Amino acid sequence: MKTIKLIALLFILSITITSCSDDHDDHDHDHEEELITTVTYTLTNGNNNVTLVWEDLDGDAGNNPAITNGTLVANTTYTGIIKLENKTESPAEDITQEVKTEGDEHEFFYETSIAGLTVTKTDVDGNGNPIGIETTLTTGSAGSGSFTIILKHEPTKPNTGSPIAAGGSTDVEVTFSLQVQ
Amino acid sequence: MIKRFLAFAFLCALFTTIQAQDCTLTFKGKITDFHDNTPIIGASVQIIGINKFTSSNMDGLFEFKNLCAQKIELEIKHISCDTKRLTIDITKNFYKEIFLEHHLNELNEVVVKATSKAAITSIEKSLKKDNLNNFSDKSLGDALNTLSGVSSLNTGNSIVKPMIHGLHSSRLLLINNNVRMFDQEWGDEHAPNIDINANEKVSVIKGANSLKYGSDAIGGLVLIQPKKYAVKDSLFGNLATSFNSNGLGGNINSEIVKTYASGFYAKIQANYKQFGDFKSPNYILTNSGLKSINTSLRIGYNTYEKGLSAYYSFVNNQFAILQSSHIGNVNDLVNAINSQQPRVIEDFSYNIDFPKQTINHHLGKIEGYKRFKNLGKLSVQYDVQLNRRKEFDLRRGNRSNIPVVDLRLFTNTLQANLELETLDNLKLETGFLVRYQQNDAVSGTGTSALIPDFDKYELGIFSVADYKLNESTAISAGLRYDFSKIDAKKLYNITDWNETFNYDELFPEFETGVINGTRVFTNPNYTFHNFSTSLGFSKRLHQDVSLLANYGLASRIPNPSELFSDGLHHSAARIEIGLLTIEKEIANKFMLSLEKVNTNFGYSISPYYKHINGFIQLVPVGITTTIRGAFPVWEYQQINAQIFGVDIDVNKQIAKKFFYKGNISLLQGDNLSEEKALIHMPSTNFTNTISYTNEKLNRLTLQVNHKTVLQQNRFPDYNFYTFNATTQQNVFVDISTTPPTYSLFNFYSSATFKTANKATLKLAFSINNIFNVAYRENLNRLRFFADEVGRNFNLKLNYNF
Repeated sequence: MKTIKLIALLFILSITITSCSDDHDDHDHDHEEELITTVTYTLTNGNNNVTLVWEDLDGDAGNNPAITNGTLVANTTYTGIIKLENKTESPAEDITQEVKTEGDEHEFFYETSIAGLTVTKTDVDGNGNPIGIETTLTTGSAGSGSFTIILKHEPTKPNTGSPIAAGGSTDVEVTFSLQVQ
Repeated sequence: MIKRFLAFAFLCALFTTIQAQDCTLTFKGKITDFHDNTPIIGASVQIIGINKFTSSNMDGLFEFKNLCAQKIELEIKHISCDTKRLTIDITKNFYKEIFLEHHLNELNEVVVKATSKAAITSIEKSLKKDNLNNFSDKSLGDALNTLSGVSSLNTGNSIVKPMIHGLHSSRLLLINNNVRMFDQEWGDEHAPNIDINANEKVSVIKGANSLKYGSDAIGGLVLIQPKKYAVKDSLFGNLATSFNSNGLGGNINSEIVKTYASGFYAKIQANYKQFGDFKSPNYILTNSGLKSINTSLRIGYNTYEKGLSAYYSFVNNQFAILQSSHIGNVNDLVNAINSQQPRVIEDFSYNIDFPKQTINHHLGKIEGYKRFKNLGKLSVQYDVQLNRRKEFDLRRGNRSNIPVVDLRLFTNTLQANLELETLDNLKLETGFLVRYQQNDAVSGTGTSALIPDFDKYELGIFSVADYKLNESTAISAGLRYDFSKIDAKKLYNITDWNETFNYDELFPEFETGVINGTRVFTNPNYTFHNFSTSLGFSKRLHQDVSLLANYGLASRIPNPSELFSDGLHHSAARIEIGLLTIEKEIANKFMLSLEKVNTNFGYSISPYYKHINGFIQLVPVGITTTIRGAFPVWEYQQINAQIFGVDIDVNKQIAKKFFYKGNISLLQGDNLSEEKALIHMPSTNFTNTISYTNEKLNRLTLQVNHKTVLQQNRFPDYNFYTFNATTQQNVFVDISTTPPTYSLFNFYSSATFKTANKATLKLAFSINNIFNVAYRENLNRLRFFADEVGRNFNLKLNYNF
């Protein structure tokens, strides 16, 4: 039964080889490189600073996100800047830079239920279309409601300004509650 | 002049040979049955070339007198036995014992008959080479979809998984050349990596007779078999090519086979397939093409007593996945559902862009067998498979070329079977297998692994017996035991481990004590013992009418995705959660079949009932908020389920040269624990085919085929509401409602032309979806994003030489 012996030998050999070349490394598991854990929207108006933070340090599952909401002054113009970070990396990775580099493939959208509140995108990509990392936010009369920041990947550019019409897939969609007083 | 000279020379040579020989030799022999040594009476024995005949007497003995010293070729024939040919060098008086075999299906000769089955009592349907050729540029799933009771689970139009009685993936066993396929088959969008062009016959075994291959065939078994070659000197082959108007692509397949009278044979086959973007009636399905390269090699030595063969196949598939199906959150999904049109529609292209899958599958095996007198046939097989699956997504920051999923699965199996052949009415097959499997979630993807690294060990022993009670009745019974062990390594989010799932109390033994920031490193370990049985009964009621009954007990251990999935599944835009608490699934299957095999009027009616305890299903359980917005969370759950239905096939000769064929499949799946319908069950569907065949007119075949798939009205309602920030409204997410009924018409025509030297050329032209119907199929995972493929003209050339 030479055949059987040969096959048995091959079997054992292959197990030995794979066991030896075992590259199961207990700690080689990847970090979520693309993960965005933290969205920070900083609004400044001279000495009045407001920082909105949406943070989910353990990714999609796990704990609920921590949200820092804010209060704005009525009839005021703020300069706004967005920062995206991956804090599971050490040091924290600034993802805003990545978005800026691929500006023509990204666009931020700002949606709110508060009457009189408008956001104007002040930065542009290589083709002269808005990106929305840098903005100007203007408040109207007092009120409160929701404020949502959306980042679309590969939207139609230029577009009408509506995230639905722009298409693409959503990379960020975070909602804050804002008060204007 | 030359002719005359040659004839003269030939005569001279013949004369001298005859003169030089001593023609007084005697050759005696005895013909016996290989299994039990009983003499075979009345076998005809002929010396080929010389006009000498004789036959064996009551003791199996025969005799030739006055033979010359020469090499003779002997042909031994006996009714119900395979014809055997032998070459004997006669130099002196000679005695030889010759064994004949009378189990026809065991022979090395080509005996692939329409009715040949894997087992008499099994309920099965098959597709032979002729039919498979029609699908040379399609997938295995597409080909099987034409059989009653078989449907397909699609991801777009290139990734097609076969589904038997509503069950797919880990619940189906795919046996390719006697090797069980392990190619990450658990995933919904993981199509089997099998090149149908490399094979001769594909059978779907719906009832019983799967124990030889595994205990977990809850849905059924797909058996893919190669051709057996005649033991003679021959060289033949095939060159086939096809072209399709939709997708502007096709395939080219070539195979060459060399066989020798000594029993040696070799076959080499290669296939290349390419398609660009497919087109639905109203738009191009951007990024839906594919590219596939397959090759296989087979060499071997076969005689009745022993054989050794080696097989290797390589499959490389690249599938583009509809670009519009890449979405970021629930709002994107709602937009896709509402818009009726894909988000991205570009000009036709052959580019395979992101998202996409690339899969390499190597399969190699060595098989040997030997027959032992008064015992039976012992076969031993060792096989290796290496599967590398990479799934690419549209990623930020130039990462698109880095796969989000990169899995390497190495499987190797040693198995041995012994078929006892000594008893006439009883066939007993016993075997064992040992299997070692290693899954490696290859690092470097920059994502957390969809399924973790694991090692799996398996041991199985089985015994199946076929017993012929009398000429018309047979029963079969089988028993199998399987032991499996899974040893995995996985990082869990500490919050999930301790709080969400309470694993720190349920599975403290899996903890390793290593905590990595917010993550805990675990070592889940499982052992399973599975018992399975099958019982089959077949009775011929009339000339061509038979009744079959099957019962099977099957158990399936949870697959890695059911246990370990944990996180965002990009291609599905949902968070999938496996549970460590998932246990094995146990199914009781009953099936009946009444069949009449007749060209004038034939039918098969096969009702079935499956009760599955601990049926594992993936269902939506709610929404979670992530930084990308809301995501549906799908969780694996265990419930009790039942699936029952009936498959009906009818064929009728309606006039001379006109034939009708039709089938209908009715199925109902119930979630017994929650008293609602089972998710993702195929709906009632039926096909009708009318064909005209004229053998005399170059085997001209004209065929019109119709298929209707009714809307699935029984589905569980998992719809939900989500908040859309843009519109500041709660939006209804309809992920459950099924698409409406659709009917498709197809046309097929073919003719076969004889060319030089037995070679034939077959030309086929067909039109699929003649009326360019825009429709969506419930069992297509991309049904939310785009219509199915529209009209297609197909031209095929098949040259056999």
